[in-house]
Amino acid sequence: MKNGTTNVLIVGVGGQGVLLASEILTEVAKESGLDAKKSEVHGMSQRGGIVTSHIRFGEEVMSPLIPSREANVILAFELAEALRWVGDLHPDGNIIINEQKIIPTITTTGKFFYPEKVVDKIKTLVPGAIVVDAYQIAMDLGNSRLVNTILLGVLSLSLEIEEETWLKVIERMAPKGTGELNKKAFMAGREVK
Amino acid sequence: MAMLLSGNQALARGMYEYGGEFASAYPGTPSTEILQVIAKFFKDDVYAEWAVNEKVALEVAVGASYGGARTLAAMKHVGLNVAADAFMTLSYTGVGAGLIIVSADDPSLHSSQNEQDNRYYGKMASVPVLEPSTSQEAKDFVKIGFEISEQFDTPVILRLTTRICHAKGLVEIGERKTVENKGFERNIEKYVMVPAYAAKRHKLVIERLEKLKEYAETSEINYIEWNDKKIGIITGAIAYQHAREAMPDASILKLGMGYPLPIKKIREFASKVDRLFVVEELEGFYEEIIAAEGIKVEGKKFFSNHMELNVDRVRKGFIEAGVLDSSVMPESVETESVLPRPPVLCSGCPHRGIMVALKKAGVYTNGDIGCYTLGALPPLNQIDSCLCMGASIGNAFGIERAGKTEKKAVALIGDSTFLHSGITALASVVYNGGTTTNIIVDNRITAMTGGQDNPSTSKTLMGDAVEPVNLAEICRAVGVKHVREVDPYDVDESYKVLKEELDREAVSVIITNRPCMLFPKKIKDEPYTVEADNCIACGACFNVGCPSISISEETNEKGRPKAVIDEYTCTGCTICAQVCPVDAIVKIES
Repeated sequence: MKNGTTNVLIVGVGGQGVLLASEILTEVAKESGLDAKKSEVHGMSQRGGIVTSHIRFGEEVMSPLIPSREANVILAFELAEALRWVGDLHPDGNIIINEQKIIPTITTTGKFFYPEKVVDKIKTLVPGAIVVDAYQIAMDLGNSRLVNTILLGVLSLSLEIEEETWLKVIERMAPKGTGELNKKAFMAGREVK
Repeated sequence: MAMLLSGNQALARGMYEYGGEFASAYPGTPSTEILQVIAKFFKDDVYAEWAVNEKVALEVAVGASYGGARTLAAMKHVGLNVAADAFMTLSYTGVGAGLIIVSADDPSLHSSQNEQDNRYYGKMASVPVLEPSTSQEAKDFVKIGFEISEQFDTPVILRLTTRICHAKGLVEIGERKTVENKGFERNIEKYVMVPAYAAKRHKLVIERLEKLKEYAETSEINYIEWNDKKIGIITGAIAYQHAREAMPDASILKLGMGYPLPIKKIREFASKVDRLFVVEELEGFYEEIIAAEGIKVEGKKFFSNHMELNVDRVRKGFIEAGVLDSSVMPESVETESVLPRPPVLCSGCPHRGIMVALKKAGVYTNGDIGCYTLGALPPLNQIDSCLCMGASIGNAFGIERAGKTEKKAVALIGDSTFLHSGITALASVVYNGGTTTNIIVDNRITAMTGGQDNPSTSKTLMGDAVEPVNLAEICRAVGVKHVREVDPYDVDESYKVLKEELDREAVSVIITNRPCMLFPKKIKDEPYTVEADNCIACGACFNVGCPSISISEETNEKGRPKAVIDEYTCTGCTICAQVCPVDAIVKIES
C-alpha cells in the first residue's frame, strides 16, 4: 500500500452496515485527495445474502474490482464470511475479523453446518489476524448498530489516513443524530488491541 | 468539484446538467436508481415517472421527445425486450429532441434471468450504442448521446452494465444547461409508420448508419492509447478498465461508441500492432464485426462469453494466449468451503403463507419475476417455473392445455408484475376458456427492486398522491367471474380458498391482501418465541423458511435440534405458530 492502489475488501451479511462502512471509507479516501472506486455485490442482501464491497484508492484506480489475492486488508463483519474470503488476501495483507456469528436459515435443512473453530483456521493462514468482538463493544456503547464504525476504527490503524479526515466524514455520513455516537464508536475501534 | 457517484447517480446528474426534461422507466436492477435520483434531487428541472412496463416507458419517452423535450427511458437489459416493438420502429421515425435509451445489462446475472448482450439491439435497429467505462463517462455520455441523437435524428442506446451502474467513482460536477424546447412539429411521413412511409424511412436509416460510421471514426470517445506495439487491445465499457490493469504495457483502442465501430481507425490500429486482441464482456460483438472486415483479431478464444470479466480473467486470457507471464497470478490459497447463504423471503413476508398453502395443496406453481421467486429455494420449494415478467399466467394455462399433467397448474404473480404484463395474459386465458387458478400476491409495492411505487400503491415517483388501481375490478373486467381476496397470514384460510378454487372448473383469481413488511414502512409486531420444553423438534417451523427461525442447541431425545426464534427480527406474523403441531410457539409476554 506504499505504492499503487490500496485495496480493502469488506465482507459481511445483509443488514450489518457493510455498505455504509464502505461508503464512509471511499469518501475518506476521496477527502484525502486520492482517486477512489467502490463496487459492491449485494445479491439480495436485504434477504440474508452475502455482501462484499470492494474499495480501491490510490493515484489512479482502474478496475472497480479487486483482483484475487490483491486485498491489502479484509474487514470481515462476520465469522464465517471471514473464512469464505480469506483466500482473497494479499500474501502481505491482513484480515480484521469481527467475532459475530450470523447463522443462515439454510442450517435448518440439516444439510449445511456453520463452520467450527474459524479463528484458529484463519490464524493458520494469517497468523497476525486481528480478532475483535465489535458486537460486545457496540452493546457496551449502548447500540448494536455501531458495529460498522467500530470496525472502521480498527481498520483505520492499518491505513495511512488522518484521524481527522475519518471523523469529519463519519460526522457527515452517520445517520441523522448519531454523529457523536458513531465518532465515539470509531475511536473505540482505534483503541482495540 | 468532484463527487463520488455511482454510474446511475452520474447518469441522473447528466440528465440534469445537459438539459434533460423528461425521464420514464420501469424499475429493474441494475437500472432502478437512475429515476429515483432524478426524482429526489432534480425534480424541479427534470420530470420523472414510473411506467407500468418498459414498452410504455419508451412509448411515453418517445412522445416526450417528439414533443420537444430531451428525454431518457431507462430499463434493465431484459426490459428492452419488452420495449423492442416500439424501439425497432423508433429507429425509423427518429426523434424530436434528444432521446437516450438506457439499457442496464447484467453480465453474471447478479439479479436477472439471463445475461443477454444488448449491443446487438443497436446493430439490429441501426441505432448507435454508447458504452461508458466509468461514472464520469456515464455522465459525459448523456451529453454526447443527446448531441448524436439530435444531429443524426436517432435514438441512442446508452449501455451500462452492473459494474458501471453500481460502482462508484469520482465525477466532476457542472451546472445545468438547457436547450430550447420546440414542441411537437407535425410531420406524417416521419412519424406515421404506415408501410409506404416506413419504406422511405428505412432508406434514411441505412444512410444514417453510414453517417454514424463516419462520426465514429472522428469521435473523441474512440481513442488510442499508444504503448508497446507488440500487443494491441480493442476494448470498451468496464472491460477497458480490466484490460488496462491486466496489461499496462499494451496499446489500447478504447471504444466509447460500441456501435457502429470506427473500422478505418481499427484497421489503422491493427496495422501498427503485432498481435490484435479484443477484450469485451459477454458476446464477441466487436470481434465479429472486426473479423468480418477481414482484420485478423483474437478474442473470445481467450475471454469467455460466460459471466463478467475481471482483472483475473483478463490476465488468465492473456496468459493462455502466450503474451503474459503466468507469474503475475499469485498462487491461490486453499480455504474451507463455507456454507451458502441463499436469499430467503424476509421474516414476516406475506408471501410465505400462500407458499405454505401451495405446498399443502401439492400443485405446480408457475412463478414470475419478483420476491416470490425466492419461494423456489429450499425449504419452500414451491416455484416450478420462472421465465420473464408476466409469464406465469400464460405458462400455467399452457400446462393445462397440454393436457398431460395431473397436478393442477397455478400462476403466482405480484401486483407490479401483473400490471406490467399479466393483465393481457389473463384476458387471453379467459377468452380461450382456461380453468387455471391465478394468485396475485398483492403486497402493494414493487418490492424486489427495493420498494418502488406502482399503480397499485397510492403514490407516484414524484410523490403525488393518486388513487390506486383496483386489481379485483381489473380481473372482473377481463372476464374472471371468481375473484377472491385472502389474508395470507391465515394459513388455514389461504389453503381452504386455494383448494376451493383449484376444484373449480373455471378460471379464478385469488388476491392476497397484506402489504410488504419492508416497504414503504417496516412492519414490526410483538415477536414470538419457542417454548423449548414443549418443542418436539419436528421441524415443521423450519419448513416455512423464515430467517428468524434457526436451530437451537437443545435437542430432543433422538438428537434432533429444536427451534429457536430471534426476537429482534421476528415480526410476529404468526405463520410458524400456525404450523406448529404442539403449540410450542407463542407470543412473548411483555
